Amino acid sequence: MNLNRWATPSKKRQHCGTQYRTLPQLLHIDLILLACLIALVVFGFFILYSASNQQTNLVIQEILHIGMGFLLLFFLAQFPPHFYQRWAPLLFAVGVLLLAAVLVIGRIDKGAQRWINLGLFRFQPSELMKIIIPITLAWYFAHQSLPPKIKELSIAGLMVIIPAVLTLKEPDLGTALLLVMSGVCVLLLAGISGRWLFLAAIIVVIALPISWHFLHGYQQQRILTFLNPERDPWGAGYHIIQSKIAIGSGGAFGKGWLKGTQSHLHFLPEHATDFIFAVVGEEFGLFGTLVLLFIYLLITARCFYIAFQSQTTFTRLLAGSLTLMFFLSFLINMGMVCGLLPVVGLPLPLISYGGSSMLSTMASFGILMSIYSHRVLIDQ
Amino acid sequence: MNWLTPADVSNIELPRDCAHRFLRHTLSMNERLTIKNYIRETRLFRLRLIIAVVVAFIATLLLVARLVDLQILQHKHYTTLSAKNDIDLRPMTPRRGIIYDRNGVILAKNIPVFSLMVRPDRVKDLKNALSQIKGLITISDDDLQRFQKALKQHRKFDEIPLKVKLNDQEVAIFEVNRFKFPGFSIQAELIRSYPFQDAFAHVLGYVGRINTQELDRVDASNYAGTNFIGKVGIEKYYESQLHGEVGYSKVETDASGEVLRTLDQLPPIKGEDIYLTIDSQLQIAAKNALNNKPGAIVAIQPSTGQVLALVSQPAYDPNDFVIGISHKEFNALQSDMTHPLYNRALRGLYPPGSTIKPFIALAGLSCGTVTPKTRIFDPGWYQIPGTKHIFRDWTWRQGGHGWTNLNSAIVESCDTYFYILAHKLGIDRIDDMLAQFGFGKPTGIDMGEELGGNIPTPEWKWKVQGTKWYAGDTVQTSIGQGYTQTTPLQLAAATATLANRGARFQPQLLYAVKTPDGEIAQTDPTQIDPVILNHPNYWDVVLKAMQGVITKGTGYRFGRPPYTVAAKTGTAQVSKEQYDKHEKDLNIPEQLRDNSVFIAFAPFDHPQIAVAVIVEHNMNAPIVARKVLDYYLLSEKHLNCTTTVCRLPTPLIPATNVIPAQTNVIPAKAGIQTNVIPAKAGIQTNVIPAKAGIQ
Repeated sequence: MNLNRWATPSKKRQHCGTQYRTLPQLLHIDLILLACLIALVVFGFFILYSASNQQTNLVIQEILHIGMGFLLLFFLAQFPPHFYQRWAPLLFAVGVLLLAAVLVIGRIDKGAQRWINLGLFRFQPSELMKIIIPITLAWYFAHQSLPPKIKELSIAGLMVIIPAVLTLKEPDLGTALLLVMSGVCVLLLAGISGRWLFLAAIIVVIALPISWHFLHGYQQQRILTFLNPERDPWGAGYHIIQSKIAIGSGGAFGKGWLKGTQSHLHFLPEHATDFIFAVVGEEFGLFGTLVLLFIYLLITARCFYIAFQSQTTFTRLLAGSLTLMFFLSFLINMGMVCGLLPVVGLPLPLISYGGSSMLSTMASFGILMSIYSHRVLIDQ
Repeated sequence: MNWLTPADVSNIELPRDCAHRFLRHTLSMNERLTIKNYIRETRLFRLRLIIAVVVAFIATLLLVARLVDLQILQHKHYTTLSAKNDIDLRPMTPRRGIIYDRNGVILAKNIPVFSLMVRPDRVKDLKNALSQIKGLITISDDDLQRFQKALKQHRKFDEIPLKVKLNDQEVAIFEVNRFKFPGFSIQAELIRSYPFQDAFAHVLGYVGRINTQELDRVDASNYAGTNFIGKVGIEKYYESQLHGEVGYSKVETDASGEVLRTLDQLPPIKGEDIYLTIDSQLQIAAKNALNNKPGAIVAIQPSTGQVLALVSQPAYDPNDFVIGISHKEFNALQSDMTHPLYNRALRGLYPPGSTIKPFIALAGLSCGTVTPKTRIFDPGWYQIPGTKHIFRDWTWRQGGHGWTNLNSAIVESCDTYFYILAHKLGIDRIDDMLAQFGFGKPTGIDMGEELGGNIPTPEWKWKVQGTKWYAGDTVQTSIGQGYTQTTPLQLAAATATLANRGARFQPQLLYAVKTPDGEIAQTDPTQIDPVILNHPNYWDVVLKAMQGVITKGTGYRFGRPPYTVAAKTGTAQVSKEQYDKHEKDLNIPEQLRDNSVFIAFAPFDHPQIAVAVIVEHNMNAPIVARKVLDYYLLSEKHLNCTTTVCRLPTPLIPATNVIPAQTNVIPAKAGIQTNVIPAKAGIQTNVIPAKAGIQ
């Protein structure tokens, strides 16, 4: 018997017509989440305008990214979750193929092969993979009885390791780690037992010194630099020193919009992309960083709520892991910019300049909205 | 199943498909666990989600704590760092003072040179760009090595010189192709230039790139913008005057160091221009007179001690050192057998030969060992009583000079006379007189670097050689051989003292200083302890004899000048084995042939110039000295000083300024002498009878 047959959209609408009484419900939009996202994107737009030194073409590009992002969000929200569930294996296969393709035909940019040129725009399959992995694992676990046992764990592990290794080959350590983390998130939510976690932690600790030798020179540098940024103030440590200066010199209320010297005089590298949080810290001070953090937390909280409310194994695993990934990506970026974590080259979601990251983040919110708006409500 | 009540089921928002599944499983009596799983999964998931929220909350708190730490607690620290980042204090290099000769001819100036600079952060493919630029402009391996070394020591956005001193053509070629080389640029810098090249090398010295040891010695902040420092010679001695004071501009910069705007400025104070006592034309004439033979010439104005010419040959081109000489070139200079880097005029230690005789004669007269009338018979040799060794006179083969008094002993340079005189005088009294003339210690010329030479004493011999002083050593000293060593500068200064009849001036090279305000401050001559004789007439005796050297004596090669000269010839043996051989014997290898020494001053009555000439392995010193004196005293070109290219339109200091200095000095000298005479008259009379025996 086909499982999906139980909930085709047409049937759902017929049975539960009362769910779609309001316009947002008809459009499958969660207004609270949308409002928070718009607030964040508007804030981000002002930051980027300053961080890019008022470069209009860059700002216009970013507006385009934002527009495309919201379109994608609305688009993906229209599909019910079981649609994603049904196509999960195919999505995974396509994602892995694209990752492999990147290694063969990808564009080389800043020494790394991360991009595929689609004529109209370039895109990063590894970003796509950040969504595909949760979908695939959620799909896989939806069919298993949970908590997962060793056989399921190994299969799930393989589903994560293959794309992660391909991404690491590009090389893109940050995204590869994020992919592994997204897998771990799903496993955690699926109820993996504490023993396995403990074992994994031990393996990681043992593997760390071994994997050191497999890291690229610049990746080793970054970790050494994280441990001691003053080691090489003009080289590898430069980023983190300058970013700390930018944030620290911002003080409580910052130097004012467009008045940050660190970013405008180019002391702060990557100030429009990975290190944009430092610009917030410099120009808006602690107040600005806390407001930004608050908006992020609001979004995260709403997503947690959505995950909490979701009803099937697939949707809850997917919603939970997407939420955690969103949380982790902004927290890791902020931690990195503050010097709490090593520089891994992850953007600040929805604020850093860059189309791939914007689209993949918006896509994950689209899926979350779909999960929320396609819930089945039982009449009391 | 037993704990799942219908109420539970209705409380959970059960999705339709789950309800169906529930029904399906129940109806088909499949595993009951599947149903329990669903509930357990929900609980497990929610538990996990709550744990995740808690962990996320803690992580967020950590981040907030870090932000508070950075932005509130360490705010001051980072504000300072941030300000330091974009406010830069840029040093402004002061212009180095120009060096002129006494007539205002430029000897050292600053010229702009063009250097090819590279900013590595703006070059996409450095390797490729370098190989491309090599096709346009010749870049030596030395340049490349220096560049690669500097590349490692500098930040990526510092300008690093790839090639210095581009010629006009290279600048033009680069400018045309400039668009192909982002990150490459041409920059102008003021560097030192010595227009006369090697002619003044041993006077001026040179400047070179400052090194860390030198930076330790000077006030580093004052040299913040300076690349060059005086390494030798005048450039080094007057470094503090020439350098000036650094200025600063406070600028706002971006991360690449580009200046956005200037906030404040403290302009630099340029270095003082200095005028040397050197007469550049005389210097060049003297250099030409040496005719590329190794040797040294020092000319001094007796009335002031001002050094008119200071030639040391061979020399080098100081311009080569400014940019930084290549190892190959430097090694070539270093290993050159003729030692072009060695300043012979100040550091060359030569036995004075017979030129020491006037000074020994003065010692003999002053101490009363001889009188002008004292005669000896010279058989061509001398034997110290009670010893076997025979000291030969240079005319030994011809049977000696015969009867000789002090005058003819100087005129004909009779060794035997001085052997006897020295033996009677004893080394202490000889040394005393030589020391009065300044031999044996540095003259104190304002250039440093000079050596003191040596007047041998018994103590010195004991200390250095470990043997006792023999009477023979004294005898050797009397003809300027043995252990006596003098520098050309000392000889010239002593000759000037002879010309002054005892008044002494410290040799000096600094003529005047032009302060930044444009005022010219002339330096005064420095008078030092005069030589005091028991009777001023002794000067006449010796100087007259020296005049005779030219008119009827050994100075015949000097010729007959239209002015009066007092002079003394000398020959300093280089190799003992050659002593017996005739000077003209051309079989002797050049480097073993004797040096010729010549001291002179002219005109006799009002000396204007005193000169010491040493020509190595060549007997032409008198001829060279003649050319120098002729040029100074006779040359129309020199006296009018109009035809030279570098001549300034008006003389720097009116000639009248110089004359008073002369006239000032002479009375002072006379005073000393007149004071001395009465006091010593008694001694003289006492001494003379005692010496009658010599005759």
